[in-house]
Amino acid sequence: MTTKVITGNEAAAIAAKLARVQVIAAYPITPQSPVVESLSAWVESGEMPAEFVTVESEHSALTVCITASTVGARVFTATSANGLAYMNEQVWWAAGARLPIVMCIANRAMAAPWNVLNDQQDSMSERDAGWIQLYCRDNQEILDTTVQAYRIAERLNVPVMVCYDGFLLSHTVMPVDVPSAEQIDAFLPPRTDPLQIVDAADPRNIGPVTIADPRADADGVVRPGYMEFRALHHGALLDALEVIPEVDAEYAAAIGRSWGGLTWEYQLADADVAVIAAGSLTTQLTLAVEALRAEGVRVGVLGIRSYRPFPAAEMRARLAGKKLAVVFDKALSYGYEGPIAGDLKAALFTAETPPAVFGCICGLGGRDVSPENLADATRRAITDLDAGVRDRAPEWINLRPEGSAS
Amino acid sequence: MHEIRWHGRGGQGAVTSSKILAEAAYRTGWSGVTAAPSFGAERRGAPITASTRMAKEPIRILSQVTTPDVVVVLDDSLVAVAKPATGLQPGGVIIINTVRPRAELGLPADVRVVTADVTGSAMAAGVVVGGTPMVNTAILGSIAAATGLVTMESVEAAIAEAFAPGPAAKNIEAARLAFECTKA
Repeated sequence: MTTKVITGNEAAAIAAKLARVQVIAAYPITPQSPVVESLSAWVESGEMPAEFVTVESEHSALTVCITASTVGARVFTATSANGLAYMNEQVWWAAGARLPIVMCIANRAMAAPWNVLNDQQDSMSERDAGWIQLYCRDNQEILDTTVQAYRIAERLNVPVMVCYDGFLLSHTVMPVDVPSAEQIDAFLPPRTDPLQIVDAADPRNIGPVTIADPRADADGVVRPGYMEFRALHHGALLDALEVIPEVDAEYAAAIGRSWGGLTWEYQLADADVAVIAAGSLTTQLTLAVEALRAEGVRVGVLGIRSYRPFPAAEMRARLAGKKLAVVFDKALSYGYEGPIAGDLKAALFTAETPPAVFGCICGLGGRDVSPENLADATRRAITDLDAGVRDRAPEWINLRPEGSAS
Repeated sequence: MHEIRWHGRGGQGAVTSSKILAEAAYRTGWSGVTAAPSFGAERRGAPITASTRMAKEPIRILSQVTTPDVVVVLDDSLVAVAKPATGLQPGGVIIINTVRPRAELGLPADVRVVTADVTGSAMAAGVVVGGTPMVNTAILGSIAAATGLVTMESVEAAIAEAFAPGPAAKNIEAARLAFECTKA
């Protein structure tokens, strides 16, 4: 283990190398580009024995990953924002075909208007596509989670998006412990037993049209219909609620670091108020919590690693007895509310005495969010609760409707 | 925690040096370090900023630096356009590459300003790219001299890690010359 002062993108690239990926296909887009620039340099120099397939678009990048994964390769790609949107058809294909692809998402705002900066609208908009989505709070977690993602994906035959905030992590250097290749090899053996593999001695029909009802295949074996396949896929995502923490614990045993599995908390046990987010906001929320606790406010962080599957039961348990949950979303379901806030409200519907859930929208298109902003928004939410408010529209943090410059 | 804001122009290497300073700080013994570009579209020649943070504990603040205690200015033409004293903490310092006297720079009178001919150091060490002296690494020596936040030994090691051996030697020499000509 050596410590390097590196960006989140470098941490992601190093993780892909440590995972001994065999095929990389990618198309450059800010803020992801440095990930695949590093990987292409290592492939070119011979430092990394992999195929790097250059393509003309993100749609083709993921298509190459799908085909390579289908024949049994361990594959990697990375993208952001409009690149992810351009992949969208194949995002669904990768999941439905049950391929253990790992894709890093350097989270960036969706155009229009054009913007290269951070929010989480890109990956949050893919939440229903059947991928596992893990969010990272710092560069160390990017490295560790990307390695873990292969073990999760290959155990479940479900693709994983490892999401991290563009620029805030992708372009910010910080100290990262880099495990040795031997340590990672011991944790992550080569991919075995692909669900679908092209083998001339055992010919198969991969990806045929599947009708509504089960039917017999060419060998007379009854195969699932479309709906059965979808139920199996959903079951695999629910199984991930067990597998993600298992793999995190296995990583801790092998490498010595764990990240909490599905969710984690900071000073939450005795808190009345929980502040909740995914990604690098949670790192800043720990500072907001310390500032508020210095004023005597009992508040703690509930951090989300796994957004899909959504850890509803675990979040209900962590929020039992709390008065208020303040959710900070860097994305929005237009015409409704932030995606985490909406999902959390549904998860709490069966809680005995659920906390009030107040949503906040922040950081869209790279709008700066400081720990003070987060503490202020929490103070306002507490004031509203004390005034008897039980539900309210999302608060837009740092919105400047008059257009005043910072 | 110490917060350093860099002012440069696109192409001058402020972002690169913000990262080298973070590496030097880590090697000096600050266990928490970060460095980041200002998050925006960059164009060659346009004013840009970058930042470096260092602390005894891991750094958990990722928002932009707005109240630096050290400001680094790569050339004095930036004073008028970038207003480098903005948000400077009381007791803070502005380190600026210039040959002009402090009184001519147009910086607020109540601010500590350290001037150094960093361009001269870069030229003397031969750190010139396409006819243009590159001051971004040299000024790391001025930062070490003016603030004491990083040791020259760690600055040299961080430069050595960032460049191939030949260019690294020249950049280290430039930083040493700037260290010597900077009056703390």
